[in-house]
Amino acid sequence: MPVSLTLAVIFALTAIGFLSGLRRAWSIGQGSRRDLHSLPVYHGWWVALCTLLPAVILILMAVIIKYPLIDALVWADLPDSYTEGRNRAVTLSRIDAVAAGIETRQAVTAEEQAAADRMLGLHNLFDWIMGLAAIGLSLLLGVYANARIHKDFRARNSSERIFLGLLVACSVVAILTTIGIVFSLATEALLFFSVVTPQDFFFGLDWSPQNAIREDQNVAEGAFGFVPLFTGSLIIAGIAMLVAAPVGLLSAIYMVEFAHPNIRATAKPVIEILAGVPTVVYGFFAAVTVAPIIKTFGESMGLTVSSESALAAGMVMGIMIIPFVSSLSDDVISSVPYRLRDAALSLGATEGETILKVVLPAALPGLLSAMVLAISRALGETMIVVMAAGLAANLTANPLESVTTITVQITTVLTGDQPFDSPTTLSAFALGLALFLVTLVLNIIGLRVMEVYQERYD
Amino acid sequence: MTSKHHAQEDVFTSDRFQRSVKRRRGAERRLKVFGGTAIAVATGLLLILFVSISAQGYTAFTQTQLSVPIDLRAEELRVAAPELDAALRNVNFRKLVREGLESRLGAAEDRRGRREMMALLTPSAGYFIQQQVRANPDWIGTVRDVWLPASDDIDIIKKGFAPRDVPEEQRLITDRQLAWVERMEAGGFMEGRFNSMFFFGNDSREPEIAGIFGAAVGSILMLMVTLVVSLPLGVAAAVYLEEFAPKNWWTEFIDVNIRNLAAVPSIVFGLLALAVFIRLFGIPRSTPLAGGLALSLLTLPTIIIAARAAIAAVPPSLREGALELGASKLQTVTQVVLPSAMPGILTGTIISMAEALGETAPLLMIGMVAFMVDTPAGILDPAAPLPVQIYTWSTSPERAFAEKTAAAIMVLLVLLVFMNSLAIYLRNRFQHKW
Repeated sequence: MPVSLTLAVIFALTAIGFLSGLRRAWSIGQGSRRDLHSLPVYHGWWVALCTLLPAVILILMAVIIKYPLIDALVWADLPDSYTEGRNRAVTLSRIDAVAAGIETRQAVTAEEQAAADRMLGLHNLFDWIMGLAAIGLSLLLGVYANARIHKDFRARNSSERIFLGLLVACSVVAILTTIGIVFSLATEALLFFSVVTPQDFFFGLDWSPQNAIREDQNVAEGAFGFVPLFTGSLIIAGIAMLVAAPVGLLSAIYMVEFAHPNIRATAKPVIEILAGVPTVVYGFFAAVTVAPIIKTFGESMGLTVSSESALAAGMVMGIMIIPFVSSLSDDVISSVPYRLRDAALSLGATEGETILKVVLPAALPGLLSAMVLAISRALGETMIVVMAAGLAANLTANPLESVTTITVQITTVLTGDQPFDSPTTLSAFALGLALFLVTLVLNIIGLRVMEVYQERYD
Repeated sequence: MTSKHHAQEDVFTSDRFQRSVKRRRGAERRLKVFGGTAIAVATGLLLILFVSISAQGYTAFTQTQLSVPIDLRAEELRVAAPELDAALRNVNFRKLVREGLESRLGAAEDRRGRREMMALLTPSAGYFIQQQVRANPDWIGTVRDVWLPASDDIDIIKKGFAPRDVPEEQRLITDRQLAWVERMEAGGFMEGRFNSMFFFGNDSREPEIAGIFGAAVGSILMLMVTLVVSLPLGVAAAVYLEEFAPKNWWTEFIDVNIRNLAAVPSIVFGLLALAVFIRLFGIPRSTPLAGGLALSLLTLPTIIIAARAAIAAVPPSLREGALELGASKLQTVTQVVLPSAMPGILTGTIISMAEALGETAPLLMIGMVAFMVDTPAGILDPAAPLPVQIYTWSTSPERAFAEKTAAAIMVLLVLLVFMNSLAIYLRNRFQHKW
């Protein structure tokens, strides 16, 4: 029984449960609400929730254990002659492909076909057991909940307690996501570090992940040095900040301190439009428009410019970050209290002096944290660099050369045709973990400083 | 007394004072000019971005087509409707197209000439005729002038992106083809017509017939999954945090988590989706279901933050009124607070959906870069959403895909502007002023 059908049946049962709870409450109250503890609709909710929730939780748990369980069963069942010397994950993903009917370069052996058939059979069996169990549970609890309804049953309190539990569960999803990120990145990264030592990764100066396209190819292992990728990311983020910081900050100052309300009312949405443009659009702009202009211009001055120069990607990324910097700075500058400005003005300072010598120093921590958040965003930006920066890892500080970044390498590695557990694929998760940790530290610093700063003037 | 008064007057009128005031005013003016320039630069950059993309993209909305007479008087086509499909399969429509071209341009003298002549049209010209005849069975038995898409090279020459008046070896097309093109143009049999295939066709290896329909459907399916998952979750979380949660380290921790997640790079969410949804849960790769789930993780923090702000803006007096009338806490929330906060929540949701519509990087992680010629029919069909389509076209070496990429970007931007304006409209129209 497919999961979708199971879910459909359970939803139908839930609807029936709601109606039957409602009906039962009305009939117990003999057509009136006066003798009931709770409104009839709460009796309906009570039955519906009992019918729905445990069954859905059961399905979710079953889905989580399904693949590991079936993989273990299939693997245990393969003859030793076949499994010897083979990698478990690669073999299982191959059997998975055979079961799905995907054509592969290698011919399918009899063992693989048998294992694939077994895998399909187990999937089918598992879905049926799970489906019937979930529907059975749903029915059972629905009938039980229905039977519990009587005149003094506190249906509202019970169903509200369940609802509150649901709300708590939803708010925990944010924590689960964080745990999921850390856990999934860390497990794969640990696999990677069992092949490549952390020293080689974090201090290696060379990045050239060559890998066998097929299992039977024997290619020398690549070099996985993180340093050139990180410096590449930093160079591009640095160029981006050189564009975004002055433009964003100055426009925020103008907007808060000088602009006529009418100008503010039109200029602010325009800058917000810049924020709404998807990064793939900026990437296209960088690769097709900006990079050739920079190349022609640089070459006319006698410089060698790569057609995938860090400068083009960095400048366009700067344009992307302008609205981010400007709206954060705008908030920060506006939250400097007016009494500071009034004091400066009353002492005879000009408006310009007030801004430069009073408002900006007061806003400095907030502005710095805005910059930190902007750098974190630039480091994690992907599409612009994928489309406009290079693939080769050069350890250079020259913005006219082509560099590659962490995000480019993650994308390149994962969109390639690589087996799941090759060091190359796993390196993407190690890079992802490094990126996550770096941006996490920057974000925590930025958010914390911003918070302290805003509390100061509250 | 008098002398002091005089001295003060002297200070204000002294040259030194005047110079200093002038300098200070000058500094202020410079700051003002810099600020104004910064805004002008930002606006100008936006303008340059839009203009450069529109300039590259607008030509893709027309398509060079050739009018070719197609002779549909063949005996084998004169069959009853049920057998039509079988009959259509047996007819060599490519040959009919070639004969039509030859009737316009005269027979080509050799095999190479015939190949060059057929290369004026898209390679799928025969298939087109077949489709047209299937849709219009009354064409059978007549000779029809049919407009067929020209090949991408002819399209480029016709639109003037590649020069005509250069030696043959530097030109995209041969001398013979150029002569034919000029004859067709002179006879009015070749013109730029509205490119409906761009809007209603799917991806293709041949740029002249590639369209964005399948990608748009993929995007819509994916956004539906995202909305269904992230809106209820986000609103429920916001309700809990604003209305029920006690102020303690646990809710503080949840709050910090949400704000950090909002700043995590989107590519990291892609890695999470790959590891958890695809490998652990076995959700099929490249499907709108997988993509939508990945994007809901991404949009969830945005929706929670927007919904919390909207809920916090509902004045306590409304809650107290409801509680006073005997409503329970939950009844107050669902029947008083949420309806008042709804405009704010919807605005935040639409803006986050617009963000999700433009998101690309996490989708690349979960294999949504596949080449799809079919329109996805459900959330379990492989799909390549619009931004990913833009990315794959932009990496295509063929010159003709450049204008398609820019045109697809224009469509995407129009959709985003529409969604954002809708959000602004809703905010202005329905937001209560307390």
